[in-house]
Amino acid sequence: MTAESAAQAAYIVAALLFVLSLAGLSRHETSRSGALSGIIGMGLALIATAGLALDRLDLGSGKAVTGVLLTVVAVAGGAVTGLSRARRVEMTAMPELIAVLHSFVGLAAVLVGWNGYLQVEHAGAAQTEVAADLLTIHHAEVFIGVFIGAVTFTGSIVAYGKLAGRIRSAPLTLPGKNALNIGALVSFGALTVAFTASPSLPLLIAVTVIALALGWHLVASIGGGDMPVVVSMLNSYSGWAAAASGFLLNNNLLIVTGALVGSSGAYLSYIMCQAMNRSFLSVIAGGFGSQAALPDSRDYGEHREVLVEDAVQLLKEARSVIITPGYGMAVAQAQAGVADLTRRLRDRDIEVRFGIHPVAGRLPGHMNVLLADAKVPYDIVLEMDEINDDFASTSVVLVIGANDTVNPAALDDPGSPIAGMPVLRVWDAQNVIVFKRSMAAGYAGVQNPLFFRENTQMLFGDARQRVEEIVRAL
Amino acid sequence: MSETPPPLRIGVVAESSPGETRVAATPKTVEQLVALGYDVLLEAGAGALSSFTDEAFARAGARVTPRAQAWDADLVLKVNAPTTQEIARLREGATLVSLIAPALNPTLLEQLSTRHLTVLAMDAVPRISRAQSLDVLSSMANIAGYRAVIEAANLFGRFFTGQVTAAGKVPPAKVLVAGAGVAGLAAIGTASSLGAVVRATDPRPEVAEQVGSLGGTFLPVPAEDADGRRSSDGYARTTSPDYDARAEQLYAEQAADVDIVITTALIPGRPAPRLLTAAHVASMRPGSVIVDMAAAQGGNVEGTRAGEVVVTGNGVRIIGYTDLAGRLPTQASQLFGTNLVNLMKLLTPGRDGQLVLDLDDVVQRSMTVVHDGTLTWPPPPVPVSAAPTAAAAPQPVEVKAPSPRGPARTYATVGVVGMLVFLLAAFSPAQLIGNLTVFALAVVIGYYVIGKVHHALHTPLMSVTNAISGIIVVGALLQIGHEDLLVTVLAALAVFLASVNIFGGFAVTRRMLGMFSKG
Repeated sequence: MTAESAAQAAYIVAALLFVLSLAGLSRHETSRSGALSGIIGMGLALIATAGLALDRLDLGSGKAVTGVLLTVVAVAGGAVTGLSRARRVEMTAMPELIAVLHSFVGLAAVLVGWNGYLQVEHAGAAQTEVAADLLTIHHAEVFIGVFIGAVTFTGSIVAYGKLAGRIRSAPLTLPGKNALNIGALVSFGALTVAFTASPSLPLLIAVTVIALALGWHLVASIGGGDMPVVVSMLNSYSGWAAAASGFLLNNNLLIVTGALVGSSGAYLSYIMCQAMNRSFLSVIAGGFGSQAALPDSRDYGEHREVLVEDAVQLLKEARSVIITPGYGMAVAQAQAGVADLTRRLRDRDIEVRFGIHPVAGRLPGHMNVLLADAKVPYDIVLEMDEINDDFASTSVVLVIGANDTVNPAALDDPGSPIAGMPVLRVWDAQNVIVFKRSMAAGYAGVQNPLFFRENTQMLFGDARQRVEEIVRAL
Repeated sequence: MSETPPPLRIGVVAESSPGETRVAATPKTVEQLVALGYDVLLEAGAGALSSFTDEAFARAGARVTPRAQAWDADLVLKVNAPTTQEIARLREGATLVSLIAPALNPTLLEQLSTRHLTVLAMDAVPRISRAQSLDVLSSMANIAGYRAVIEAANLFGRFFTGQVTAAGKVPPAKVLVAGAGVAGLAAIGTASSLGAVVRATDPRPEVAEQVGSLGGTFLPVPAEDADGRRSSDGYARTTSPDYDARAEQLYAEQAADVDIVITTALIPGRPAPRLLTAAHVASMRPGSVIVDMAAAQGGNVEGTRAGEVVVTGNGVRIIGYTDLAGRLPTQASQLFGTNLVNLMKLLTPGRDGQLVLDLDDVVQRSMTVVHDGTLTWPPPPVPVSAAPTAAAAPQPVEVKAPSPRGPARTYATVGVVGMLVFLLAAFSPAQLIGNLTVFALAVVIGYYVIGKVHHALHTPLMSVTNAISGIIVVGALLQIGHEDLLVTVLAALAVFLASVNIFGGFAVTRRMLGMFSKG
């Protein structure tokens, strides 16, 4: 058994543990053991790699000592940074954190790719890492790895900016944006051919710049409301970036893990696209959901306002209540109040359930995490398909900070920009109370005829304050 | 700041119509009017019949004055339309707010427009959601519907609710409510809360849900043209002869079966439609009670006399009271007064006791029947929000079924992809083939492993895959210690970034999973 074979064996075990980890995370009961297998797998991989790296180094040399020191410092620094961020992050800021973490993977992939170039191509004939017959393949791998990594990096940075509110969340519409995207891809293809023929630093710099610009443009042209799909898509990209590095370094663990993450992320995005009735291809290509919303001058009639006391009365008389939260609940930090309200109503023997739209929030499953944080039992938090038929037999629906996901126009107005998107059919209930700051349109920029329905009443104001007032009155 | 004009005086006058018990303001609404900046003058004794004393009004901030002074105010609030003598009492340029029934009273309108007056008709409020708070017809109909059931119960010789007692079993009373408008719905709710079996009819099928929500059963008229019944102004329309024939059959069946009938059918500006004929009434059991809430407009029932209780030959009593709302004077005055306060809020944007009439506002325009001595009735039509606009009309939406991809196309796709993979592999060196094999299998595994993930776990799943993709650290670690210092430094940076990812990702996943708990 050499260090090399021991490391390979450890890699296989680690890869299997990662598969177990993802499988475990698909159910609540096994989710914790799933996370644990992921951690063990990662630990195993790190130890094996460290051993392999030490084995390769000539421990007597000064370079080796610097290398070991640098590694220890880098890992320790990374661990401290990562753990402290993870401990402090608010659950409402989870989308931002995940987006920024994706960008790290992207940047790391770019660095690994550049190193691959510096070690092999740049060193020219002096290099000993790669067999001569594999050199062309290596050129292509460097190029592709850097490209995917850079797209992931800037894409995630822009997503982070939009989620954190540092970049305007409205979609950027450059003239001929599709031509720009396609142009970037075509020039990437041309540069790859040129680079494999004769690798040179300017070409590598050029592709890095193009990929950075493409990643930025892809995500910038997507509106803030579509971020759940974008984050999931970037997750997938970061997987592909790792897989590309695996090809570059001829490392099966990287390939397996990257492919796992890449394909699972892509599938997750696909599920979400179906939930929004969007074409999967147009999401990957970027700039979806960016049809300019036509100024809507239609007369929807008048909405009705309701006061807190009346809302309380409705709730007291209700037999069953469904709460459909949206991003507005996260913005207003209303989840604790909502959980409190849920407990009060359940104490009165009123059936309370939650209906979660697949794209509610800014991250897949965002609402579930917020509600779990506020200690709402997960077995009353249901998915759209599980609860959609129950609205008709429900006394009161509380729409808290949701808009497009409860818009009847998606079903009965074929001309609507969100036509065909499955939505929560809240309007089937006897009463709908909509918590909203004003009558402004949602992220899709479409007016919501729900607000003008006869059984709908608007409760204006900050969702958190309003919910707390209701709790007090109960 | 310019000099503020003195606040307008609002006069609340006593009603002169015989039998009227209501008053246009209560101590509570007077307080609100005073808060709007007005000077309120109350005719002494105006609230007596509604059980509001002059002292209570005075405490609320009104000045109790003799009749002449109250009539001399800038703005006069009243329940019923004024008589000719009363119109003469109004000062020049005054504003009058009361019920007018402009469609039925052309002569009254003419009289009003001969003086330099502005008249707002409380019964001409358009039926749009925003104006609901001023709609006295609705608030009065609500009271009347309740009272209709109480009057019926009063004359009905039995319980409403079914009971099983030691003295035998009592069947519940059966109540039929014709017309599910505001009054009808109030009657349905009241009767079913007393325990009766309640049925309701209405030419508008869309009210079925509302009937059900109040505990009634909706009896649809077996209609072919149900669609045409939807009205654009929120009120029921005249029905077609064909429809009437089928409705007639329904009433014939029901009359023989039920104990109590409450009819509420009104069509604005027209005599009430005849729903029950003498034959229907004759088929009812002795002791049955009919409340005809449309008695004032001619009645829905043959044999109704407005304001009276008629006993038919077979012992059925037909109640034709026209003052059902007034029989709950305290409540009716309070709701009427609140409707008036809501109107005054609309007319007093500055809350400074100054009246501002905005004729561009559909609500104010519709109510204004006389403006500065000019007749402004009828107003332009207002489509209401209650009626679904064209958008909601059931358009035949083309259901685009996701075209199931033909098997031929699937095979073609698989074939092309297979060929590409084959070509790529065939021309690759052995090492790349190994890598590609691993890659392809891992992609498939990733897809299947994720397939059944619970929706609530999407975020933890994403953060764990994110942590796992930090595996790129392996690549970076192996690059450290290279001859070239630049390579080592870049690799160390990559190690740092990937470590943040690994540790942060796993920690945050565990934190999230720790929160999920079962109730």
